[in-house]
Amino acid sequence: MSGQSEPGGWPLWEVFVRPRRGLSHSHVGSVHAPDAALALRNARDVFTRRQEGVSIWVVPATAITASSPDEKDAFFDPAADKVYRHPTFYEVPEGVAHL
Amino acid sequence: MYGNDFEQPGAATLLDEVEAAEQALRAAAERRVAAARGGAGDAGDAEAELQEYFDAVVAADQKIEPRDWMPEAYRRTLVRQIAQHAHSEIIGMQPEGNWISRAPSLKRKAILLAKVQDEAGHGLYLYAAAETLGIDRAELVGLLLTGRQKYSSIFNYPTLTWADVGAIGWLVDGAAIVNQVPLCRCSYGPYARAMIRICKEESFHQRQGYEILYTLAHGTPEQKAMAQDAVDRWWYPSLAMFGPPDTASTHSEQSMAWKIKRFSNDDLRQRFVDMCVPQAQVLDLSIPDPDLRWNDERGAYDYTQPDYDELFRVIRGDGPCNRQRMAHRRRADADGAWVREAAAAYAAKHAARPAEVAA
Repeated sequence: MSGQSEPGGWPLWEVFVRPRRGLSHSHVGSVHAPDAALALRNARDVFTRRQEGVSIWVVPATAITASSPDEKDAFFDPAADKVYRHPTFYEVPEGVAHL
Repeated sequence: MYGNDFEQPGAATLLDEVEAAEQALRAAAERRVAAARGGAGDAGDAEAELQEYFDAVVAADQKIEPRDWMPEAYRRTLVRQIAQHAHSEIIGMQPEGNWISRAPSLKRKAILLAKVQDEAGHGLYLYAAAETLGIDRAELVGLLLTGRQKYSSIFNYPTLTWADVGAIGWLVDGAAIVNQVPLCRCSYGPYARAMIRICKEESFHQRQGYEILYTLAHGTPEQKAMAQDAVDRWWYPSLAMFGPPDTASTHSEQSMAWKIKRFSNDDLRQRFVDMCVPQAQVLDLSIPDPDLRWNDERGAYDYTQPDYDELFRVIRGDGPCNRQRMAHRRRADADGAWVREAAAAYAAKHAARPAEVAA
């Protein structure tokens, strides 16, 4: 994630916006704000000036725990050799429908 | 009739290019990185392996993301470039802000307010992108206020008439878009994403400027003269926005290799000139260059280069408005200090009393 809070200044908040109903919130960037209420207002002014969203989440950047890029291969490795988790792994006999 | 109702070869294709960059971003993310992992040798050579992976990601047109390993010089170059870009957006509010109170109609005033607010927003997207590289916004703002980092020299020119607001939108924002559209494909993810957002919004800026000039150019003779005067003053400084000629550009080669930069200064300047000539014809205004003419052989316009000595003078601090712009920015920062402190004190007080907040 992004940097830490400013020393003696306003902390950093990561911003997530739901573009419209039916879609999930996505990360759009970050803002600085002294508290959650102002973080929401700042996020509205910075990221939704053109009706880009119907809902906003703000999360203190320090509250996010992220997987480490250094160990990304090992971390995601268990999924790499399980091709049978994808439907395309299976052969469907000729003429079978609705499968 | 509005400016954006016209056939505008420049604006339409630029927006398409932004769209294409966005699609390329998604497509590249789907591709696998063809890196020979571990090919760099022993475990002792960890840095070489990291460098190899970095190079492979860049070569595959994929994006480098915030916590990825990157060469220190790549990080430094990005911080410098993104910060300078952010500072330009923030200082860039001043020349146009100068006309908000004197806009000729309520509609023009509302539009100009929205545009200046956008510039602030662009500055904030960019500071946020820079912060992903591990630097604080407060530190970058400090570097601007103490003059240790620069902003685009174009904002050191004054806005003398209302037509200047039009010329800035058409020429200055137009040049900025030509510069910035290739940055939508920059190898650093957060910067590329910020640029896609910015370019989409800049397109409105360019069109509103064009519309102001078109309206003036088709008004009274005095209005038309005012529009022509603005174009005469902003043309060469806008050409200078692309930076020194390729033969004298210091940062270009490495930035191209890292895919931070995609085209040379002179290529982008030429693209801008070729775009503006037909647009000026529709405006019925002339570009102040007696040597401007189509070159069949090159398939491009020959044009007069801007005065690069002037560019360097303005960068060094001797433009018409350098001192005024910095004084204004410092004053705004100082005048806002008590608001920032009060908000922080309020937040600290309430954080110390969580029960009350929940109630």
